[in-house]
Amino acid sequence: MAGFGTSSSSSSSGAARTPWSLGGALRGMFARKSIDDDTWIELEDALLGADFGPDVTDAIVEQLRDKVAKFKTTDPADLQRMLREVIEERLERLDSTLTLSNRPAVVLVVGVNGVGKTTTIGKLAKFLTNYGRSVLVGAADTFRAAAVEQVATWAERAGAQVVRPQHPGQDPASVAFQTVQKAIDDGIEIVLIDTAGRLQTKSGLMDELSKVRRVVEKLAPIAEVLLVLDATTGQNGLAQAEAFIEHAGVTGLVLTKLDGSAKGGFVLAVQERTGIPIKLVGQGEGIGDLTGFTARVFAAQLVN
Amino acid sequence: MATFENLSDRLTATFRNLRGKGKLTPADIDGTVREIRRALLEADVALEVVKEFTGKVRERALGDEVNKALNPAQQVVQIVNEELVTILGGQQRRLEFAKKPPTVIMLAGLQGAGKTTLAGKLAKWLVKEGHTPLLVAADLQRPQAVQQLQVVGGQAGVPVFAPEPGNGVGNPVKVAKEGVKEAERKQYDTVIVDTAGRLGIDSELMKQASDIRKAIDPDEVLFVIDAMIGQDAVTTARAFQDGVDFTGVVLTKLDGDARGGAALSVASVTGRPIMFASTGETLDDFEPFYPDRMASRILDLGDILTLIEQAQSAFDEDEAAKVAEKFATDSFTLDDFLKQMQQLKNMGSIKGMLGMLPGARGMREQLDNFDEREITRTEAIIQSMTLRERTTPKLLNGSRRVRIARGSGATVTDVNQLVARFEQASKMMKTVAKGGVPQVPGMGPIPGASYGGKKKAGAQKKGSRSGNPAKRAAENAALVQGGAPAAAAGSGFGLGGAAKAGGPSEVELNSLQKFLGR
Repeated sequence: MAGFGTSSSSSSSGAARTPWSLGGALRGMFARKSIDDDTWIELEDALLGADFGPDVTDAIVEQLRDKVAKFKTTDPADLQRMLREVIEERLERLDSTLTLSNRPAVVLVVGVNGVGKTTTIGKLAKFLTNYGRSVLVGAADTFRAAAVEQVATWAERAGAQVVRPQHPGQDPASVAFQTVQKAIDDGIEIVLIDTAGRLQTKSGLMDELSKVRRVVEKLAPIAEVLLVLDATTGQNGLAQAEAFIEHAGVTGLVLTKLDGSAKGGFVLAVQERTGIPIKLVGQGEGIGDLTGFTARVFAAQLVN
Repeated sequence: MATFENLSDRLTATFRNLRGKGKLTPADIDGTVREIRRALLEADVALEVVKEFTGKVRERALGDEVNKALNPAQQVVQIVNEELVTILGGQQRRLEFAKKPPTVIMLAGLQGAGKTTLAGKLAKWLVKEGHTPLLVAADLQRPQAVQQLQVVGGQAGVPVFAPEPGNGVGNPVKVAKEGVKEAERKQYDTVIVDTAGRLGIDSELMKQASDIRKAIDPDEVLFVIDAMIGQDAVTTARAFQDGVDFTGVVLTKLDGDARGGAALSVASVTGRPIMFASTGETLDDFEPFYPDRMASRILDLGDILTLIEQAQSAFDEDEAAKVAEKFATDSFTLDDFLKQMQQLKNMGSIKGMLGMLPGARGMREQLDNFDEREITRTEAIIQSMTLRERTTPKLLNGSRRVRIARGSGATVTDVNQLVARFEQASKMMKTVAKGGVPQVPGMGPIPGASYGGKKKAGAQKKGSRSGNPAKRAAENAALVQGGAPAAAAGSGFGLGGAAKAGGPSEVELNSLQKFLGR
C-alpha cells in the first residue's frame, strides 16, 4: 500500500496555532539581533523543555554550533532555519511508510497503559476504510475493564468489523488467532489487533505479547507492529521502545496526543536509538485526527 | 536495562565520586551540581524546577554548613535529600473529609492518566478504611468509559451512579451534581466523581471541568498524573491548577521504571501535595504517598518503611509464630514451606519488594533476571506430592519422585534439588530458631523490624544459598546466560535470585547509612 505521508495537508492547516511548537520558547531567541551566549542557553532550554532529553539536546546544539561557525553567520534567522533542517534531517533518515501489502495485512498495536492504543485503532480503521479497504478489528485487550466495548464502539464508527473474545479474560493470543483466521476465511484485507496496555517492566505481560505474535504468525506474517507512544511522555519513552522492540518486534511508532502542549521531542531519541521510524501521528479525539508522519511538517511545526 | 539508570543510580554515582574527599572545592561542587542537573533532566524533572533545585543545592553546598562539616560530601547528600523532601511536600497529607457527609472527591487529569482505574482503587481503599463510597460516572466523552467505571466499581464492590450512557451523550455537570444528591439521599459518606480526560490547552473542556467543580463544590480535587510524563508536566499542572484548582495530586503507573521526575515538578510548581501513589494493575495496588520516602528512594536509601508495612499487612503473625515453633521442634514440613511461599506471594511482587530495599541500585540487573514464575514451579512440585510425602520427605524414593516430576511438569532433577534444598534450609532454620546465627548474606538489620515473620522468611530464602561468593558469582553468571540447569542450583526454592540480589544490599546499606550518619 502506498505511503500515508500524503495526508500532511490536514495537519498543516493547523500549523497556524501549532500548540506543540517550540515557538514561545524560541521566539525571544530568534527576535534577537545576533547570536550570543544567551541564544545558546535559550536554545538548549527550549530543546530540553520539549523533551528532547540531555543527550540529543547536546548533540543538536553541538551540530548547530559547528554549522554557525562554518557559515560564519550571526543572524538568528539562519539559526532557526538550521535548527529546522537539523531536526528534519534527523527525522527523515528512516522510511515512515506503512507496509500493508500482505493479504491479510496484520497490524498489531502495542504500548503502555493509557497512551491511546484503542483510540489509535479506531482512527486507523477509519483511515483505512476511507481508502476503501475492508478492516477487521481484533479486541485482544481482554484485561482492562470495558476495553472490548471501547474498541468495538470505535470499530463501529469506522465501519469495521470486530472479533470479540468469547469470554472475559480469554487469552489475548487466542483472540488474535481467531481474528486473523476470520480475516483469512472472509477475505478481509486488513486486520488490526488491539492489545492490553502493559508497562514494559512487567516481564510476564511482555512475554504474553511475544506469544500473541508467535501465535498470529502461524497463520499469516505480521505486516506491522505499531508501538503507540504518548507525546506527554518524557525520557521513559526510550525504555518503553526498547522493551517493546525486544518483545514484540516493533516496526513503527505512533505518536499520540500531539494536540496538547507536549512536544514529544523524545521520539527523535527513540527513532535514532532504535532505528524504528515514526509512522503515524495522532492529534485529537475525533476519528479523523490521525495522519501519516512527515519529517518536514513535524520539524516545521516544532520550530516555526 | 543497564543503559537506563534511574535517578537514584545517577545521584549515587555522582556522590560516590564525592565520598572519598575530605574537602570540597568550588570546582567539585560545580561538577556535582552539573551531574545532579543532568540526572534530574533525564529523570524528566521540569527544567525550571531543575534550575531552581540545583541553584539551591549549589548555594547551600558552597556555604559554611558544608565547609564546617566533618564530612563535606556527606553534607552535600544531606542537602540534596532535604531539598528533595521540601519540594515533594515536606510531609504527608491525608484526605480531608467533610464535617457533614458526603465528602466529595473529584478526579481530573489528562487522557490516559488512569483516572477511571484510580477511581476504583480509591473506592476500594476507602471501603477498607471503613467508608461507604459512591462512584459517579461523569466521563461521558471517551467511548465506554461509563461501562469501564461500572466494571471497576463491581470489582471494588462499590455502587456506581451512572444515569447517562456516555459515548458523547449527556451532560457531565448535571451527572456530577445528581451524583452528590444521590449520595446524600442514600447516605453514602464519600462520592468519587470520575471526569473525562482533557488537555490543559483545551479551554472548552477545562471550562467544563471548572463547571463541574463549581456545581459539586468538592472537598478534594485530585489531579491524576502519569509518572512517566515529561517536561509537559509543568504546563499541564499549571493549566489544571488554573482550571480546577486541585487540592492534591495522585501519581499513577509508579510501578514502571519511569524515574518519576514529574512528582518533583508538579509538587514544586503547584505547591500541592502528592497524596497517593498507584503502583500496579490490580485495585489493591494503591497507597498513600510518602514524600520523605520518595526522596529517600531517589537517594537510593530504599523504601524500607513501605516494604515493612507491606510485609506486615500480608504476613500473618500467628502463622509466623507457628512456623518458628516448627523450626525449633524440627517439625517443619514441605507443607509449611508451601504455605510460607504462598504468604510471600501475597505480599505482592517480590521484585517490587526487593526494589524498595536500600542499595537496590546494584541489584536491579539481577532483579531483571529473577523469574517469579520459579516460585510457581516450586509450588507445583510440592502440590504434586501427597500429604504424607509433604510431612515426611524421607518417603520420597525414586519412583515417587518420578511421579511427582511427571505430575508437576518438572524433571526429576528439579524435584531432587527442591528436596535437597529444603533439607538444607530446614537445618539452617533450626539453628536460627534455637538462637544461633546462620551464614546469611544480605539481610542487614532492618530498622524497626521487630516482627518475627518477615525475618524468618528472609532468612529462609537466603538460607538456601551458598555463602561462598565465588560460587554465587558462578551461579549469577549462569542465571544471566539463562542456563536453565545451572540456574536450578540457585533456584531450588525459586528464590535463588532474591538471595543473590540481597548480597550487595547489606554492604550498600551499611555504607550508605554510615555515609549519611544515620
